[in-house]
Amino acid sequence: MGMSRDEVFQKVQEVLVDALGVDDEEVTADATLMGDLGAESIDFLDIVFRLEKTFGMKVPREELFPVEGLLNNAELVSNGKLTDRGLAELRAKVPHTDLTAFEKDPDINKLADLFTVNAIVNYVNGRLNAA
Amino acid sequence: MRWIWIDKFTEFESGRRAVTVKNVTLAEEHLHDHLPGFPVMPECLMIEAMAQTAGILVGEAGGFREKVVLAKINKAVFFDYVVPGDSLRLEAVMQTIAPEAASTTGRITRSEQVIAEIDLMFSHIDQNLAGKKFPKDNFVFTGLFTSLLRDVALNHARPAPQRMESGG
Repeated sequence: MGMSRDEVFQKVQEVLVDALGVDDEEVTADATLMGDLGAESIDFLDIVFRLEKTFGMKVPREELFPVEGLLNNAELVSNGKLTDRGLAELRAKVPHTDLTAFEKDPDINKLADLFTVNAIVNYVNGRLNAA
Repeated sequence: MRWIWIDKFTEFESGRRAVTVKNVTLAEEHLHDHLPGFPVMPECLMIEAMAQTAGILVGEAGGFREKVVLAKINKAVFFDYVVPGDSLRLEAVMQTIAPEAASTTGRITRSEQVIAEIDLMFSHIDQNLAGKKFPKDNFVFTGLFTSLLRDVALNHARPAPQRMESGG
């Protein structure tokens, strides 16, 4: 059962509108979940639950939002920035996320900005095409 | 749960759905002020009743090992006033349950009339993302509420009434 990228985007948009109580127009491809759409921690689980229902797939939380595992490790974080090893781990964990801007200044406070609508669409698209 | 706001469970399917009853009475003192001369049940207390119904459904599914805390109100829509003398039926249905959290949908009815639709999310707070620690004791599921569930178990287990033999 094929689904185009546009269809995936539309469904992800619906999920985010329902989970975060935002308007359709706010859910643009570049919008960040926390900064632009106001998501808090429980909302990430809500989004995961809704994605699972919408796309009929199991979504391991650490695949879609894998950051906690990195931050507790001293070898991966130093002076509030990801080390080279930390960056390598992050790259491996989030192949569906564009890291070019972040790599220039890997401040952990900016990790939240990586969670964009596009990252979710990429993730779902990748899963659907791999299946 | 530090207090009980629902009266009893009438149906309980572990991990799937639960039904409770909440009877509203003018003996509830807050109704004298809400509102003066026009007592109506506050909507937030309808959410509380659903949170207790759904929260126990979620807690029971995990054997009451997790501390289940209301984390998000996904939806709360109200269609009519609830007044003293009303008997509310609250039905909570489990949508998803995961190690960290659970989501439920719910509906409150009076006779056949839909009074409210309330969808909730609960967090298992010991599994929180920030790795924060909470006291070991399960302060959510204390002994306070267990009688509520015991009643529904008893209802199911109660044998059919025996026919009285006459003339014996």
